[in-house]
Amino acid sequence: MNHVISLAHGSGGLQSHTLIRELFLEYFGNAALNPLSDGALVKVNSEKIVFTTDSHVIKPLFYPGGDIGKLAVSGTVNDLAVCGAIPRWISCGMIIEEGFPIADLEKIVISMKQTAEYADVQIVTGDTKVVEKGAADGIFINTAGIGDRIEGIELGVQRILPGDIVIINGFIGDHGAAIIKAREEFPVSFQISSDCRPIHKEIIALLSKLDGIRIMRDPTRGGIATTLNEFAGDQPFGILIHEKLLPIRTEVQGLCEPLGFDPLYLANEGKFLLIISSKEADNALEILKSLPGNQNAATIGEVVPEPPGKVILKTHIGSSRIIDMLSGEMLPRIC
Amino acid sequence: MTGKNSSGKEISVLKYIDEYRNPELVKAIITEIDREFSTETIQLMEVCGGHTITIYRYGIHKLLPTNLHLISGPGCPVCVTGVQYIDQAIAIARQENVIIASFGDMIRVPGSSSSLQKEKGAGADIRVCYSPMDAVRIAEKNPEKEVVFLGIGFETTAPTVAAAVESAFEHKIENFSVLSAHKTMPQAMKALLDSGDVDLQGFICPGHVSAITGTHIYDFIARDYHIPCVVSGFEPVDMLQTILMILRQINSNRADVENQYSRSVRESGNPKALELMWEIFEEADAEWRGLGIIPGSGLNIREKYHDFDAKIKFSVDVPPARECAGCICRDIMRGVKVPTDCKLFKIVCNPQDPKGSCMVSSEGTCATWFKYVENELNP
Repeated sequence: MNHVISLAHGSGGLQSHTLIRELFLEYFGNAALNPLSDGALVKVNSEKIVFTTDSHVIKPLFYPGGDIGKLAVSGTVNDLAVCGAIPRWISCGMIIEEGFPIADLEKIVISMKQTAEYADVQIVTGDTKVVEKGAADGIFINTAGIGDRIEGIELGVQRILPGDIVIINGFIGDHGAAIIKAREEFPVSFQISSDCRPIHKEIIALLSKLDGIRIMRDPTRGGIATTLNEFAGDQPFGILIHEKLLPIRTEVQGLCEPLGFDPLYLANEGKFLLIISSKEADNALEILKSLPGNQNAATIGEVVPEPPGKVILKTHIGSSRIIDMLSGEMLPRIC
Repeated sequence: MTGKNSSGKEISVLKYIDEYRNPELVKAIITEIDREFSTETIQLMEVCGGHTITIYRYGIHKLLPTNLHLISGPGCPVCVTGVQYIDQAIAIARQENVIIASFGDMIRVPGSSSSLQKEKGAGADIRVCYSPMDAVRIAEKNPEKEVVFLGIGFETTAPTVAAAVESAFEHKIENFSVLSAHKTMPQAMKALLDSGDVDLQGFICPGHVSAITGTHIYDFIARDYHIPCVVSGFEPVDMLQTILMILRQINSNRADVENQYSRSVRESGNPKALELMWEIFEEADAEWRGLGIIPGSGLNIREKYHDFDAKIKFSVDVPPARECAGCICRDIMRGVKVPTDCKLFKIVCNPQDPKGSCMVSSEGTCATWFKYVENELNP
């Protein structure tokens, strides 16, 4: 590990995982934390609940398709949902920089309220700290969440089997591309909106109708490449993804090509990857497509016996290569 | 879908992509290449790092006849930048009231004893920009600070940096300057040929550079060295078509400059961008990592714009640069060695902790090999 923290440690990719395993897990490790899922499954008076937390730092704070408030609520709701829980309560901790406009804060709070209403969660506790100018970048928001674990379901990498199918509920990379575009002025005339939104309704719909779901995860920082590697890493199976099946908006592709970015590594905030038994895959796709916001859901690959522990991409022209986790920060190319 | 190019004209961004990744078309061209190829070994150089990525990302090298070798050239802007330049940038970054603005990759390149990224961690104000105009805006917003843009890259980026200098000049934004290490491509290709280090039968010429310069900059290579040159696009079908065009030239004993990438590259290039580039910059000798000092291969800021030249504003003297022991980036840049020849490759040098510039930039040969070649699977 390096001697100081770099931005790459927060990229959600390889360095983040190293930091988590070699430092946090080393000291904090316990049965609920060790699986490093999006949320912890714990018991309270024999009731199973899922408990999660997420800190949100984003620049710009307002962007096409969302803002830090919507992101904070959606992120936590989605983390609960992919762990098989019905989101119930959320906390809201705000760290605000001196000089931050109250009008902007109100916009963020209204956005959180609206998102929470849509997600059927209550913001039940909170905390506010103000730091000196320069000690934070506008506003940072932490949200923790609690959800009721749905009875009788089991999710986890240990349930994944060769032959299972990989599904995504829509276009990949929209959030990452929207943020890159909103941060900088590119000479392109098209718009890209973030996909940021709560996706618990579709997840719960699937969980209530199908029993072949192996695992779900929202591919946020580090993109689907990183999440798929989290599924396959150290496991006795590999995951094969087909480039031609990946749903990617032309606009996102158009932004990525000249900058040298790969949509596989762009963040998503309203998407989940689902691994499901092959016999229920079509059913899952049908259910998803019938729900608003998921019309572009697609099967993108399958679980394969070889090579174990790896994610493989079959390219448009038929060659295959291994897809790693995001390493370092994503930086635009120069030429 | 449409976008706008640097002159503001609407251009098509993606109409072609599916077509240029079509597996049937790929197969058909491969069959043609096999037909045209004789058993004699042929070495082609792809000069541009973007082409290197396409080759290894799609496994194009594996589709070619075994004796047809593709060699990566000195076309990654970050990779060819000398260590001395990084040391200078670091020395400026350490001064009070300075903001360094840079393209992303540059901040990770190791200098003799530090990198801009490490300096950033230690408190230097270093900002990643997507465009040189961002740096001008940073200067406008921070009038009490000196904003230094790290101007690197070839003819592709030089006009945009020129536009930034011109804008700062016009609007009297005097706290903006550029530390220029811009380079021009043809002289480097000439130096490579004159060194005799590599034996080449053809050049896959850079697409983006040629979009600015036009195709005549390669005429001397075809004429004086009798080596075919074909300007190529960046999709798999583009590159295979380019290789086929070079083979056909070889087989008919021709050496011409041809343009496969005519959808983006005009013979005359982009005269407006060139005019702007030459308004701000003048030809100068430049140090290339691996190739040494190549006469007339760099761009210095003209005297009229000296107020915006960081080399003059800061007159930074740094000790002679030290390269990381064992790093063979220099030989890789010249196409003499490949990453797996390096003792550091993958053992201590990786994208998380790069020892040399070729591992830093996403277009660097080592980074590309690390990401793609080491991850290849047999079909």
